[in-house]
Amino acid sequence: MTTTTPEVKYTPKDFQSDQDVRWCPGCGDYSILAQVQRTLPLLNIKKEDYVFVSGIGCSSRFPYYVDLYGFHGIHGRAPAIATGIKLVNPKLSVWVTAGDGDLLSIGGNHFIHACRKNIDLKILLFNNRIYGLTKGQYSPTSELNKVTKSSPYGTVDYPFNPVALAIGTEATFVARSMDRDPKHLQEMILRAGQHKGLAFIEIYQNCNIFNDGAFLHLTEKEYKPENVVYLKHGEPLIFGKENDKGIRMDGMTPVVVSLKDGKWSKDDLLVHDEFNSDPAYASMLAHMNEKPGLPTPVGVFRQIFKPTYDEMLYDQIRKVKEKKGEGDLRKLFFDATTWEIK
Amino acid sequence: MEKEIKEITHVTIRFAGDSGDGMQLTGNIFGDTTALAGNDLSTLPDYPSEIRAPAGTLYGVSGFQLHFGSQEIYTPGDQPDVLVAMNPAALKVNLKDLYPGAIIIVNSDAFDQKNLQLAGFESNPLEDGSLSQFQVISVPITTLTLNGLERMGLSMKEMTRCKNFFVLGLTYWMFDRPMESTIKWIHEKFAKNPKIAEANEKALKAGYFFGDTAEIFTMRFSVKPAKLEPGIYRNVMGNEALALGFVAASKKAGIPLFQGSYPITPASEILHQLSALRNYDVITFQAEDEIAGICTAIGASFAGGLGITTTSGPGFSLKSEAMGLAVMAELPIVICDIQRAGPSTGMPTKTEQGDLLQAMFGRNGEAPIPIIAPKSPADCFNAAYEASRIAIKYMTPVIVMSEGYIAQGSEPWKIPDPDSLPPIEVKFAKPEEYQDQKFQPYLRNELNVRPWAIPGTPGLEHRIGGLEKRHITGEVTSDPLNHEFMVKLRDEKIQKIADDIPLQDVYGDPEGDLLVLSWGGTFGAIRDAVNRVRDKGYKVSQAHLFYLNPMPKNLGEILHSFKKILIPELNLGQLAFIIRAKYLVPVYQLNKIQGLPFRSSEIEKKIYELLGVN
Repeated sequence: MTTTTPEVKYTPKDFQSDQDVRWCPGCGDYSILAQVQRTLPLLNIKKEDYVFVSGIGCSSRFPYYVDLYGFHGIHGRAPAIATGIKLVNPKLSVWVTAGDGDLLSIGGNHFIHACRKNIDLKILLFNNRIYGLTKGQYSPTSELNKVTKSSPYGTVDYPFNPVALAIGTEATFVARSMDRDPKHLQEMILRAGQHKGLAFIEIYQNCNIFNDGAFLHLTEKEYKPENVVYLKHGEPLIFGKENDKGIRMDGMTPVVVSLKDGKWSKDDLLVHDEFNSDPAYASMLAHMNEKPGLPTPVGVFRQIFKPTYDEMLYDQIRKVKEKKGEGDLRKLFFDATTWEIK
Repeated sequence: MEKEIKEITHVTIRFAGDSGDGMQLTGNIFGDTTALAGNDLSTLPDYPSEIRAPAGTLYGVSGFQLHFGSQEIYTPGDQPDVLVAMNPAALKVNLKDLYPGAIIIVNSDAFDQKNLQLAGFESNPLEDGSLSQFQVISVPITTLTLNGLERMGLSMKEMTRCKNFFVLGLTYWMFDRPMESTIKWIHEKFAKNPKIAEANEKALKAGYFFGDTAEIFTMRFSVKPAKLEPGIYRNVMGNEALALGFVAASKKAGIPLFQGSYPITPASEILHQLSALRNYDVITFQAEDEIAGICTAIGASFAGGLGITTTSGPGFSLKSEAMGLAVMAELPIVICDIQRAGPSTGMPTKTEQGDLLQAMFGRNGEAPIPIIAPKSPADCFNAAYEASRIAIKYMTPVIVMSEGYIAQGSEPWKIPDPDSLPPIEVKFAKPEEYQDQKFQPYLRNELNVRPWAIPGTPGLEHRIGGLEKRHITGEVTSDPLNHEFMVKLRDEKIQKIADDIPLQDVYGDPEGDLLVLSWGGTFGAIRDAVNRVRDKGYKVSQAHLFYLNPMPKNLGEILHSFKKILIPELNLGQLAFIIRAKYLVPVYQLNKIQGLPFRSSEIEKKIYELLGVN
């Protein structure tokens, strides 16, 4: 985590730029922008030390709308650009905003390697399961058989599960939230901002033009309680309209049990441990909603602590300087067999 | 028997053997010793793509050529005067390059049935008279090496591996080189294994004394020191010199150097060199791919570092889109393309100049980028330094076009005094310069250069990126007139750099019958050829371009001062294409696309042809 302690207390207004926001009315991106602007003042970081980096896509317009240093890069490359920024100046708090096509298709390689290397970046995935800016083709998170402009007979593409992918890379902070749950989203952004190391949040985001209602069953109050389970560290996994359902482990497999019929109690349920360093645990949670009847978890799947790339790099620079002394050009030039011509 | 020592002005020697025979090391050490002896020299390794090809095969042959003399040396030599062949395959591969009368030293021990067969010899060339036009010196190098190392308690493998030092000793004797510096080197290199050090020293001396006592060597050569400019020298490889140039530029500029690169032949040595220099505030990032290499460099530059990325043709292609981003964002980065034979994967270890038009035009939209091309290994230092200076001063990406030939070759480099290097001034925008006014990221100075405001600077928060920007404010806009204005402005900014670079010089007379116009690593072969033709009184000159974009302001005038213009290139005529289009002058071409550098004799022949001399 970066702390550079500002002298003044910021308000969300300090993070609003003078640019007109040009997303479609009703787009989920508005909520994400608002939650970021509400959360940044809570992090102990000077305004000038934030950098927002993006690639290409609707969500990649994000840097224009926050009054911070910003870099609107090229398609898929935001994690790489952000890495260069972070490594030259590790005191900066560097954020990446990206869509599902940007981060997981054309930029998939940069994403997995940034995660693997544990570069201290905060990556917000705006997952709307569609290509919006190019007007409605399927994305690497679109569900199988989906009919879109580029798949009139339905896709024959299996989708990525972004949280499972991030856990597979052993990213040190992996969470999921939703545009329609501002409080939870703020909490996740705050946690990501405070995390030291790569932090990844998959945000379910509604594209009301090309994929409206993709997450309806998770975000709207009539369906949400039955379909979403909130992950809270140290607490059992309970969901349902009347908090009457829980997740119990049957061997390696999570199953839904009723807390009403007297057969199972809270004590029998899986208790969430977000600090469990075994990726198998977080991976089990990530894949849970792929099974029929099981709810979709949101919250922090995994947070572990290990040295970041930038930290190890600067540690190495310090050690080499201690051993060899501050680099001196003359010494470098003459560091070979030399001879003199008179 | 007293052996005659014949004084010669220059000589070319080629060491060739299996890729595991240590010929690269042998050649490099011979080069160091030769430099210490005060000769000018130029070297060129020629090794296969296979790391360890099966022993004895033709494609496993590794070579190292070295040209040294008492005069100025411009190339690693056209044809070897002396070939050292450690096995039949090495002989077979290199035989075609020898002129009648050349000396061949062979390891006769390696000429057994199996190796002869692998090399495709139907009978033993040492016995069948097929080499009668050469001076063949047949030495049982393996046997003699093993004999010298008996009772040292070394394994057969360890003893056999010393045979390259035997060869080195033999050639030291032949060319009258001292052994001291090599003995010192051996003991430093093998300090942890004194037994191996001792064995190598023994082998070296055994080779030397064998030359002295055996009756088969009738001639020794001596090459007097060259008259080089006074100063302190060292040998540098082209890639090494690039690395040194970048470190020097970043130190002079007072900003950290950041290299984002993906390993690729023949550019990887730059990454190896720079990754060892952590104490020089050098950050090397071995990226996940070529695109990440340049994108991390762009990010590094946005944050206030000198971002560089180094690659070869295939990687250079992959970086195209990001180069356009750097043009649009107007950030200083340097892209090094160490060209190799293409297209596609092509011939990774072979040289070519095939990427010039790609560097000039290979991006979407109007995306002008300054281009600099070093002419020799030592000149790579200047290229890296000057590219960095221009990048920072003009807030632009700059491309350095090197070639496998100079990247892997080496020559003496007169070590500059760091204090005498031209200054590189970095002016980051400061908050106090913008009190009470909004920071405008695209407000330009008199050179059309925009300010460099780095994250962490309070009050100057701004956004940049690949979308077209409004003049001055930097706001995103598709305004048609603004776009046209910005395209022209970016182009003008690059063209104006011509005011900041030296005028083109001409070697020879400023006008005449023929101008040989060249760029990159062909410099030396052309200079040799031009010298020879001029010695015979012909009015032939050479202009060698260091700056390819923008070109020096007086180039048009020079081109119009000659009756004919010849452009030799290791491609199908890419500079010729640009010169015709830009200056509307007819040019003659000489093109070679064999993965090999020019021989000066090839240039010479073409010059005579154009002069109408037979």
